[in-house]
Amino acid sequence: MLRMPRFELLEPTTLEAALSALAERPEKSMVIAGGTDLLPNLKHELFTPERVVSLARIASLRSVRELDQGWLSLGAMLKLEEIAAHETLRRRYPALAQAASLVAGPQLRTMGTLGGNVLLDTRCQWYNQTYFWRQALGFCLKKDGTLCHVVEGGSKCVAAASNDTAPALMTLGAELVIVGPAGQRVVRIDDFWLADGAANKKLDPGEILVEIRLPPTTPGHRGAYGKLRMRDSIDFPLLSVAARVDLDSSGKVSHADLVIGALQARPVRIKKLDSVLAGVQTGGDAWKTAVSQAAELAYRQCHPMPNVPGDHEWRREMVPVYVRHTLESAVRGDGPVHGL
Amino acid sequence: MRILKLQINGDLHELAAPDHWTLLEVLRYSLQLTGSKQGCDKGDCGACTGLVDGKPVLSCLTLAATAQGHEITTIEGLLPAHRRAGGEGADPIQRAFDRCGALQCGFCQPGMMLSARALLSRNAQPTRAEIRSALSGNLCRCTGYTQIFEAVESAVCEQLGVAPKPRAWETPSPESGS
Ligand SMILES: Cc1cc2nc3c(=O)[nH]c(=O)nc-3n(C[C@H](O)[C@H](O)[C@H](O)COP(=O)(O)OP(=O)(O)OC[C@H]3O[C@@H](n4cnc5c(N)ncnc54)[C@H](O)[C@@H]3O)c2cc1C
Ligand code: SF4
Ligand code: FES
Ligand code: FES
Repeated sequence: MLRMPRFELLEPTTLEAALSALAERPEKSMVIAGGTDLLPNLKHELFTPERVVSLARIASLRSVRELDQGWLSLGAMLKLEEIAAHETLRRRYPALAQAASLVAGPQLRTMGTLGGNVLLDTRCQWYNQTYFWRQALGFCLKKDGTLCHVVEGGSKCVAAASNDTAPALMTLGAELVIVGPAGQRVVRIDDFWLADGAANKKLDPGEILVEIRLPPTTPGHRGAYGKLRMRDSIDFPLLSVAARVDLDSSGKVSHADLVIGALQARPVRIKKLDSVLAGVQTGGDAWKTAVSQAAELAYRQCHPMPNVPGDHEWRREMVPVYVRHTLESAVRGDGPVHGL
Repeated sequence: MRILKLQINGDLHELAAPDHWTLLEVLRYSLQLTGSKQGCDKGDCGACTGLVDGKPVLSCLTLAATAQGHEITTIEGLLPAHRRAGGEGADPIQRAFDRCGALQCGFCQPGMMLSARALLSRNAQPTRAEIRSALSGNLCRCTGYTQIFEAVESAVCEQLGVAPKPRAWETPSPESGS
């Protein structure tokens, strides 16, 4: 039995009330959305807030809204299950809907929210454990200790960004709308991350993520999501690939993007991808060659750490496999890619 | 401590519980509804699955207070709900699990049956693939899953009023071995 440390729970029904509830003691308060990441972490005594503020009764955080100029706004409290099943999202932003459909298992997708997924705490085998387990081994940098069990002599935590929707949102150019005591700010999701597993998000205590905004896609937009995991359900990613391929009217690639998850403290964008994919006509031999080159490029740039389950060298060998399948699947329009 | 009002299996329960208690703790330790199992207690196994407004959720990761105002169903409520709806005996899913021998130790069964109930309530004729997917958040460490999937298919047949011939409505899949 894993009992949580004591805290006081507040369930405000408006965003303003939630902000004031946090503002009283920002450092000692935490937000709960679906609770599927926070509660296990509280049970492991990784956090010990005095106050927990639930967003579940704030109806305004659960809407999907069309904005000006083709942008779409997704409320932070939309459930992953809703994201996965949403017709508009499946058509216009397939990588996102597919990523949401592969998070955990059905119960967790019924409970877990999009906002909570973006804000998922980074993960490491030496960290996501009970207090008893951690103190037996000796604490680490991310919580209570001074050394890292993964990188010898390392001075920065490398716990893995394991949230499935984050790589997909990055390929889509998403923006995050955050409100706090100082008002509202909008951040490009690419600029939201820090390369530090102990604090990989630029979110201050007292701030609330309210919506995720997506720019328009063209009819030639293609996207897919691929995920490697131990079992084909429940498990966090050992590696994940979000692919974007925008085609012009003649079927040539005008822009491509690949973002890889579960490698480091932040999702990793593959550099120089357009140099191998842009201008290539999809379908033929040139496309096959270009996809192999993209896979090779990703292999060279990806270095999984030995801190999530699965041998890290095997995970690295799976990078080109998943990149190839996910790019091809994006262009065919039939993802997600899993269980290879 | 606070007073909680929880609507469980058609009854309104009023009880006192600390803010940091989960729904599972309240069910098991305040209300003695021990059908919901405490397996991993951290979201991995599905043994604590309950229905909230008809959807399967993990009661070990639900704060009890946040379940107020929602309709909660545990395994104890499946038979009474079936009877209230005019049925006889137990829920067809419960009878099918029994008929198909879809259990050994039984620990995973309450969660399995509730996930299956949620599926059949929204999809009266699921395929094997849909059944596998709906039960993919429930781990069984004893039986293997074949009898469990067959039990759900058997319950589907019964609900449709056709003779329980497993997989009669879909083409044989490689795994079925037929
Ligand atoms: C067994 C298991 C398997 C899992 N598998 C996966 C997986 O495969 N892939 C994956 O991505 N995730 C997985 N998860 C993690 C989790 O279920 C999801 O990431 C889920 O989307 C988290 O959302 P939530 O609403 O439950 O977040 P919560 O737990 O409520 O919150 C997560 C964090 O974000 C903060 N927070 C949440 N919403 C806001 C907001 N709007 N503003 C400010 N702060 C906020 C909370 O304070 C907390 O720190 C798994 C969890 C379990 C238990
Ligand atoms: S990467 Fe190192 S510092 Fe970070 S959680 Fe793991 S062991 Fe701790
Ligand atoms: S006890 Fe809730 S998922 Fe295992
Ligand atoms: S019957 Fe024992 S865990 Fe499923």
